[in-house]
Amino acid sequence: MNIVSAPHIHGARPVGQVMGLVMLALLPATLAGFWRFGWPAVYLWLVTVLACVFAEALCVRVAERPAKPVLADGSAVLTGWLLALSLPPWAPWWLGATGGAFAIIVCKHAFGGLGQNLFNPAMAARVMLLISFPVEMTQWLTPLPIGSAGAPDALAALSITFGTIPDGMTSASLLDQTRTAVSRALPIGGELDPLALSLGERAGSLGETGALLLAAGGLFLILMRVIGLSIPAAFLLGLMVPAAIAHFLAPERFLAPLAHLLTGGVMLGAFFIATDYVTSPSTPLGRWIFGLGCGLLSWIIRTWGAYPEGVAFAVLLMNAATPLIDHYTRPRIFGRTRSGNTLTTAAPKGT
Amino acid sequence: MGAPDLSLLRRMRRLVERWGAHPDGRKQPAAGTAIAALPLPPLLTLPLSQHIGAPARPVVGAGARVLAGQLLAEAAGPVSAPVHAPTSGIIRGIGDVAVPHPSGLTGPAILLECDGLDEAVQWAGTDPFALAPAEIARRVAAAGIVGLGGATFPAAVKLSLGQSTPISTLILNGGECEPYLSCDDRLMQERAPEVIDGARIILRAIGGRRALIGVESNKPQAIAALREAAAGFDEVTVVTVPSRYPMGSEKQLIAWLTGCEVPAQGRPADIGVVVHNVGTAAAIHRAIRFGEPLTRRIVTVAGGAIRTPRNLEVRLGTPAAALVDFCGGLTETPARLVMGGPMMGIAVATLELPIVKGSGGVLALTAAEAGAGRRVEGPCIRCAACAQACPMGLMPLEMAARIRAGDLAASLDLGLKDCIGCGTCSFVCPSKIPLVQYFNHAKGELAARERNKLKQEAIRELVEARAQRMAREAREKAEAAARRKAERERAKTLGGAQASAQPTREDATA
Repeated sequence: MNIVSAPHIHGARPVGQVMGLVMLALLPATLAGFWRFGWPAVYLWLVTVLACVFAEALCVRVAERPAKPVLADGSAVLTGWLLALSLPPWAPWWLGATGGAFAIIVCKHAFGGLGQNLFNPAMAARVMLLISFPVEMTQWLTPLPIGSAGAPDALAALSITFGTIPDGMTSASLLDQTRTAVSRALPIGGELDPLALSLGERAGSLGETGALLLAAGGLFLILMRVIGLSIPAAFLLGLMVPAAIAHFLAPERFLAPLAHLLTGGVMLGAFFIATDYVTSPSTPLGRWIFGLGCGLLSWIIRTWGAYPEGVAFAVLLMNAATPLIDHYTRPRIFGRTRSGNTLTTAAPKGT
Repeated sequence: MGAPDLSLLRRMRRLVERWGAHPDGRKQPAAGTAIAALPLPPLLTLPLSQHIGAPARPVVGAGARVLAGQLLAEAAGPVSAPVHAPTSGIIRGIGDVAVPHPSGLTGPAILLECDGLDEAVQWAGTDPFALAPAEIARRVAAAGIVGLGGATFPAAVKLSLGQSTPISTLILNGGECEPYLSCDDRLMQERAPEVIDGARIILRAIGGRRALIGVESNKPQAIAALREAAAGFDEVTVVTVPSRYPMGSEKQLIAWLTGCEVPAQGRPADIGVVVHNVGTAAAIHRAIRFGEPLTRRIVTVAGGAIRTPRNLEVRLGTPAAALVDFCGGLTETPARLVMGGPMMGIAVATLELPIVKGSGGVLALTAAEAGAGRRVEGPCIRCAACAQACPMGLMPLEMAARIRAGDLAASLDLGLKDCIGCGTCSFVCPSKIPLVQYFNHAKGELAARERNKLKQEAIRELVEARAQRMAREAREKAEAAARRKAERERAKTLGGAQASAQPTREDATA
C-alpha cells in the first residue's frame, strides 16, 4: 500500500469524459451536417479525425511515451471533429488530412502537447488552410441532402472526397455575398430567412450551418457544467451589440445582428471553440473579457476585414491575449485586498 | 450613518460566491445510527504528542497503577497539552510506537495495560458561572482539551485570548464538511445541551457577547436539536450554512457567518472572533461541569470496506483495528486506510495505530471510492476547475505550473502562503493532479530554505565574529609587542640618562 497525500477521494469527471460530453454535444449538428451535405461530408469528417489521431500517435511515439493513455483522453478526436465541422463539406480529403496533421503536430505538440498550446489547434489549422488553399476552402455548397435528387451515393461520394468536386455544385455563402456587395458598394442582399438559416438550409461549412443544433449542444454543455456561461454569453454579446447598433444606424451597409448570429462559425465558435479550456482564460473576469473580445473582433473582421468570416481569426487573436488577460484579472485572494496587501482588520458588527 | 455598511455588502457577496466542492454525502449510514460505546481494549497506547506543540512530559513511571482521569504526562510548553489515563490500569512502560502521522514515523507513547475495573479519580466539578474567566481557561488546559475538529490546537490558548484581545463573537464549528464523517453530527443530535452549555462556558471565558453555531444544511436533525437546546439562551444562535466543502474551514465559516474576512496570515482573534469545534465545546462542558479530563472522543468508522459503518465513543489510545472489528470488520481489502476525513486526513499503512485526540474518523476506502485505478496524473488542461473551487481565491493551476518549473518565488507571488491545504483543488481536478501535494511540498521547501538561510546567517555571523576576534587578538599582540619594545627602549634610555632625572612624557601619561 502506498502512502499518499490527501484528498483520498476524487470528485471530478476524468478528462476523457469531459471530451466525450463535448463530442456528444456536437453530435446533433454533425449528423445534421452529414444528412444535409451527404456522403462526402461523412468521408471528410472521417479523414480529418483520423489524421488527428494518427498525428497524435506519431507525436507521442516520437516523444517515446506510451500512446494509449494519451489517445484515450479523446482530445485529438475532438480537435479533428471541430476542424472537420469548420471545413467546406465537399472539400478534398487532403485538405482535412493536412489540416488535421497541422493542428496536432504544429499547433499542439510543438507547444508541448495537451494543455500547453497557446492557440486553439482546430482554428489555427482552419486559418492555415484558408490562407494556403483559399480556393478549396471557399467551395461552398448548396445543401443537397442524402437521398435527394442529384445527391451522390456512398460510392460516388468517394470520388468527390478523394477526387474532384463536380462543376456547378458550389455557391456563395451569405457572408460571401455580403462581403462582395459591401466591397462593390452595393446594398447587401435581402435573402435572409432566420428560420432557414437557423436550421442550416444554406451554404456553409460542414457543421456550422445548424446554428440551432449547435446552440442546443452548447446549452447542454452549460447545463452539464462542462463549460461556463460567461464565454459564450460574452461572445454573442460582443458580436450582437455592435452589429445591432451598426445595423440600426445604416441597415443597407451592415448585416442584421440575427444574420450575424446564425451564419458562419458563430455558434460553433461561441460554444465549442472559444470555450476551449486550454486556450481561454481561467479567471471569471478574464472569461468575460475574452468572450467579448472574440465577439467584437468577429464582427469587425466580418465587416471590414479581407475575409468573409472572422470567427477563427478573432478566436486566435484572443488566444494570443489569454496569458495577459489571465495575469491582469487574477481574483482577489481571501483576506487580502485586490493589490495583494493584507486586509485591515475590521471587527464584525454585533447582532 | 452616511457610509455604506460594508459588512452588509460582504454579506451580499456570498450570494454570488461559488467556491468549494460538493463531495457527495457518503455520510450515511454511519450518520443514521446512534453513538455506541466501544468496550475497553486490553492495552491503550497514549502518544505524548496528541496536539500541536511540544510533546507532553511523562509524570508516571512503568509499573505504576493509575486511575481513570489521572495525569500521565504534563504539558511541556505554551501550546502543549497534558495526557490523562482513559481508564484504570498499570503503566506498562514508555516507548516509541507507530503513531498516526503522515510521516509514518514512530513517536513516544505511554502504554497503559487496562485492568478492566475502570476506577476513576475523584473529579471536582463546579458551576462555570462562578469561576473567573482565567480559571476556566486554566481548568480547560489542565483537562488536556485540544481542538477536536482535527487541528488539535490546545483549546485553553484560545480561551485565554479574551484577556489580551477584545473578542466579541464565538463561533462553534458544526460544519463537519468532510465526507464520511458524522461524529460531530451525532454529537450535536444526541448531546446538544452539552454543546450549548460548552458554548456558554466558552463565551464566559473569552468575554464574548454572542455565540454563533454554524451547521451545514445536510444535518437538519442536529440543527433542530441544537435550536431546542439553545432556546432561552439569547446569546446563542444556531445558523444553517450551505453544505459545501470546505465550509468547516475556520476562515470560510467566519466569512459566511459574520461577513468578515480574517486578514491574510492573521488569526480570527484579529477580527474579534474565536472558533471552536462543537466537540471541543462538549469536552469543555464536561471538564468544567464535572472536572472530567479529555480521555475519550467520538470517532466515525466508515468507508465502503467497513461492514457496518457507525460512530463510536472511544477511549483515547484504543487501536483503530479494535474499532473496525467492533463494526463487523472489513468486507474486502481496502484500497486505502485513512485516519481523519478523506479530504484532509492522513493515509495510514496499518490499523494498528492508536486513536488520538484529533482522530475524527477511521476510514477503509474501496478501490472505487479512492479512485485507485484512475489515479494517474494527467497533464493540466487549464479547465480552471481548481481556481473556481479554491475557497481562498487562489489560482492552483498557475501555482502548480510555477512549482513544477521550480519557480517557488512566483508561486509565492500567486499566494502560496494563503493556501489552507483543504484539498478542494485536487478533488475537482479532472487530470488528477495532486495539487495540494505540490503546495505542501513547496511550503516545506520554502520553510527549509528559510531555516537554511537563518543557519547560513548564523554561520556567517560566527565566521565574522571569529575573524574580528582574530584581528583583535593579532592587534593586541602587536600592541603588546610594541609596548614591550618601547619599555625595553625606555629602560635602555633611562639607564643611560639616570643622572639627568628628567621625566619623559610617557611617564607623565603612564
